Amino acid sequence: MVNLELLTWLVPLFPVLAFAVIVLFTNRWKRLSHTVAIGFLLVSFVLGMIVVFSAFRIGGEELAQHPIVSAVDWMPTGESFLRFGVLVDPLTAVTLFFVLMTLVAIFVYSVGYMRGDPRYSRFFALISLFATGMLGLVVSDNLLMLFLFWEIMGFCSYALIGFWFEKPSAHRAGVKAFITTRVGDVLMLLGIAYLYALTGTLNFREILNDPAVLKRLVEMSSPIAGLSAAALVGLLLFGGTVGKSAQFPLHVWLPDAMEGPTPVSALIHAATMVSAGVYLVIRTFPLLSAGLEHGGGATPAMWAMGLIGAFTAFLAATMAVAQFDIKRVLAYSTISQLGYMIAALGVGAYVAAAFHLITHAFFKALLFLGSGSVIHAMEHGHHHAMEHAGHGHGEHEEPFDPNDMRNMGGLREKMPITFWTFTIGGLALAGFPLVTAGFWSKDEILAEAFHAAFEKGEPLGLFVYLLLALAALLTAFYTMRQITMTFLGEPRTEAARHAPESDWTMTVPLIFLSIFAVGAGFVGVPADFPILGPLLGGNPLHEFVGATLMTHLETLPLNWLPVLISVLFALGGLWLGYRAYEGKLRSPETPDPLSNLPLGLFTHMHRRWYFDELYDVLFVRPAKGIAFFIARIVDRGIIDGILHFTARTSLILAEATRVFDRVVPNGIPIAVAEGIKGFGRSFRTIQTGQVQNYLLLALVNALVLAVVYLVLFQ
Amino acid sequence: MDFILSHLLSLIVFTPLLGAIVVMLLPGHQKGLIRWVAFGLSLIPFILSVVLWVNFVPGEPGYQFVEQADWLPALGVRYHVGVDGLSLTLILLTTLLTPLGVLISFSIEEHVRSFFALFLFLETGILGYFVALDLIIFFIFWEIGLVPMYFLINQWGSANRRYASFKFFIYTMAGSLAMLLAIQVIWIASRSIVPTGTFDIPLLMQMRPFTGEQVLPFLSQELARTIAFWAFVIAFAIKVPIWPVHTWLPDAHTEAPTAGSMILAGVLLKMGAYGFLRVVIPFFPTEAARFALALAVLALLSILMGAYAAYGQTDFKRLVAYSSINHMGIVILGIAVAATTLGTKQYAEHGVMAYNGAVLQMFNHGLTSAALFALVGMVYERTHTRDLSAYGGLWVVMPAYGGILIYSAMANLGLPGLGSFVSEFLVVRGAWPVYTLITALAMIGLVMTAAFTLMAVQRVLHGPLNPRWKELREITWREGLAMAPLMIGLLAIGVWPRWILDVINAAAQFL
Repeated sequence: MVNLELLTWLVPLFPVLAFAVIVLFTNRWKRLSHTVAIGFLLVSFVLGMIVVFSAFRIGGEELAQHPIVSAVDWMPTGESFLRFGVLVDPLTAVTLFFVLMTLVAIFVYSVGYMRGDPRYSRFFALISLFATGMLGLVVSDNLLMLFLFWEIMGFCSYALIGFWFEKPSAHRAGVKAFITTRVGDVLMLLGIAYLYALTGTLNFREILNDPAVLKRLVEMSSPIAGLSAAALVGLLLFGGTVGKSAQFPLHVWLPDAMEGPTPVSALIHAATMVSAGVYLVIRTFPLLSAGLEHGGGATPAMWAMGLIGAFTAFLAATMAVAQFDIKRVLAYSTISQLGYMIAALGVGAYVAAAFHLITHAFFKALLFLGSGSVIHAMEHGHHHAMEHAGHGHGEHEEPFDPNDMRNMGGLREKMPITFWTFTIGGLALAGFPLVTAGFWSKDEILAEAFHAAFEKGEPLGLFVYLLLALAALLTAFYTMRQITMTFLGEPRTEAARHAPESDWTMTVPLIFLSIFAVGAGFVGVPADFPILGPLLGGNPLHEFVGATLMTHLETLPLNWLPVLISVLFALGGLWLGYRAYEGKLRSPETPDPLSNLPLGLFTHMHRRWYFDELYDVLFVRPAKGIAFFIARIVDRGIIDGILHFTARTSLILAEATRVFDRVVPNGIPIAVAEGIKGFGRSFRTIQTGQVQNYLLLALVNALVLAVVYLVLFQ
Repeated sequence: MDFILSHLLSLIVFTPLLGAIVVMLLPGHQKGLIRWVAFGLSLIPFILSVVLWVNFVPGEPGYQFVEQADWLPALGVRYHVGVDGLSLTLILLTTLLTPLGVLISFSIEEHVRSFFALFLFLETGILGYFVALDLIIFFIFWEIGLVPMYFLINQWGSANRRYASFKFFIYTMAGSLAMLLAIQVIWIASRSIVPTGTFDIPLLMQMRPFTGEQVLPFLSQELARTIAFWAFVIAFAIKVPIWPVHTWLPDAHTEAPTAGSMILAGVLLKMGAYGFLRVVIPFFPTEAARFALALAVLALLSILMGAYAAYGQTDFKRLVAYSSINHMGIVILGIAVAATTLGTKQYAEHGVMAYNGAVLQMFNHGLTSAALFALVGMVYERTHTRDLSAYGGLWVVMPAYGGILIYSAMANLGLPGLGSFVSEFLVVRGAWPVYTLITALAMIGLVMTAAFTLMAVQRVLHGPLNPRWKELREITWREGLAMAPLMIGLLAIGVWPRWILDVINAAAQFL
């Protein structure tokens, strides 16, 4: 029997070793650097898969009861220790599975995509560190260790978004991502500190699997009136998710994060970072929903998740409709899909959220890598076209945006593999019925929300269902818009006409991921779905992941109404998207068919509802103003002013003392001395040195004294 | 070996002084020789303090490696030194930063001999302060630390050095006066218990000098205690410095030579925080607990004002200086929590966390601020400007420098995996149950810390390369050597904090 605990420890270790090796030693040799990065990741992959498949073999309930655990004393805290360790339970196992799969695909893809970049080795070092961040986060057995890896990913995303740091837009996007997510992170940090103070532990199993602890947290009141301790901790932790998973109101960083190289976008927006936020709320769901079983409806944290998740899903979908940048469409769609998962947790759909997290990781990684393949081809096509037109590299080039879908068109024939894989990913995103993974997972969320709304009659459920259903329609629409603009019709520019298919390091990962974009859904088909349900083993995912909670989660009985609505919306949206765009765009300058929507709606959506402008006025400028005020006016003006005033007053006092000294304590002795001196001087005249004068004086004195004597005493 | 072990503290304290004398005896024109001798000599205290660290037993209560001798028996003044987990941590920090400061100062060309002699002399002052267990010795070393620093700023500083050094000196002297007064009052009060009076710190801690009968007719024990408490608080608050008595710091740090800033931010500020933990809380637990809330509010203001003021800077070095105020605010918050809770049974657990956090934060801040000041110095030597808007895109010409700067910046903003995160977490964890609102507001400071740190990195490294700096040299191996221990230290604490927290935690538990 292999030591699974040890293997689990080693999984996150190898990529960070690769990071160290590349930074310290192999930085100069590009080929060696990518070999090290991929090689070390493959070691992690193999070890991780051994752990994952052992976990599958153990089975959900058994693994939930006796997970793979191992921990060490990490930090002394008074008489006890905070322990750090690894934990593999069913949720960890499935997450580890999709994370490793997508990581490998992205690493291999990067070899082709980043070829020729001057900082090629640094790129592989950073994505290796990123991989450690995600893997470490997934296997953590406590909140603080999770937070540690969470922030390492935050750093990597900052560094990778700003990877082409010469571009001002790139490094600004990096800083924006870091600061925006940091707002969520400090809330999360407070939540962790609070929870730690209340329970004396941060270990998942000791808190989440102990009903007594949860009950105590629910019954305890928090510093904020009307909230229980559990509710406040839950809300604070969810704050971290809002930042990391780019939910409203902290969603603004993610679209800008597209400034990074495309594999980074896939890494951040699919496999790792944003998934981490959702993973956190799934992981801590027993705490977030604590108190639910005693009746009283959704907990405050669930309300927050339902409202924010559903609203974000819809809001981001409207933004995605009106973008021209191929990656930005996907970025908004990511925000929107993450909203689905979070809203699902708001209505208590634990397994559905995890299911969508998995399928989304696969098809979104696929879509990003596909868009990268397109961008790569457009850049090549552009260079090719420029050379043909007789221009050399770099001289008098007009600004050309390879990301702009208006410049594309007709790429279907130029790059068939990219086209077909991208279409598979797109259909999965849109929820094309039966054959795509996205259909099954999204449908489960919608079914649960439908159930909450119409069968249980919860207002939150109704809100969630309506917004998510509308978002589903929009999703299908913008996906088809994207596919049509990019691949269908005729090429609209020379660049598109000369775009070549990418090489195998890029297309093989696409094919690999598209298999999962279809297949990953089949593990979660409802058991009572006709034909497919029994055929596919009766929803093994639900059994496995649901066991994590250590209570038996009932699956919903199949309800055809939400399924039909989903199918209708998915197909309808796709059809509308096709009808609106097919053959409508003749040249890059043609205005978007939607641009004559009433109320200038298209512009508002294109400008992302002006959140960036709003935040600039609300937060960025005031911060700068306060900074200026404190640095210049408070410190230099007031405090130093008082200081200098005191110093000057002291100087004046000193001067006054000096004058006083000269006049009084110094003046009087001098006056006395001068008086004596003057007296002496005046008497000096009689000191002539002549004996006859002295004798005369003596005679006079004697006479005077004799007279005095006679007058006074006689 | 026995002699070394039994006189270890004295050796650590006085070898730098001997070193200073040796350096002064060298021929003044042999700059290279002076530098290397100074570096070699500065390594001796470091090696000795590693020996000290290894031989220290964390589980043992009280002070270790104690040395005692009568000095002025008529007044009860004794040469009494010893270490616990608190002072041991700061000794290691001091002896580590000094050789690194020496290495960084190899670029100094004027009056090399005096510079290194003063620098080593300064180390003796700081180390003596951290080991002193007698208030007079404590005070003498406190003052000794002041003088060399004044001259370092005044002689080797940049343009506005005279103003800065004067401000530094006057400000700290005001604190010193207060402290001298406090020490005298304590001595008088102690005569109610020890007829000759005593300055002995452990003894005073044990017997609470203000509990006995009134000694002087006009000075009740109560009044004496109040005077002594506030006098100490003022002295240490200026040194830390706590908002609003902080404005000497940005000037002094900015004008000081690089190594001076490293030591100033790295260890000199810790003398203030150390004073709170060594003297104020143990001698005046009741007063400390009563006024802890005010201290916590000032800590919050230091955190927020420091962060915002840093964000408003255009001078790279001044930005780093303000960052120190921000970080020392976290230390003070931890101290305030410890002062509130350590006396109680119910909340002592939070106090221990906060104490651990505060002391570890001192160590971490020592490493990060030294690293950042060294990095500012390196870029200043190459560009002769500190204006943030004058840089731009330097990462392209100085890749290693850029990597180290980003690393240090991440440590500065408390990235998990590097030291500061552990200490900040401990302080937040300790403070939240005690001062919930203050802790929550302090989080704004953490966000702003990230904002100003990243802003600095962005202005220096990112963006298109300013053509003025096309020919900039990459850092030398000597500069890299000076940075490596700081980076390793931060990583070691971030990844495996036990090696240092075991020592600090021991001290926290005996309070």
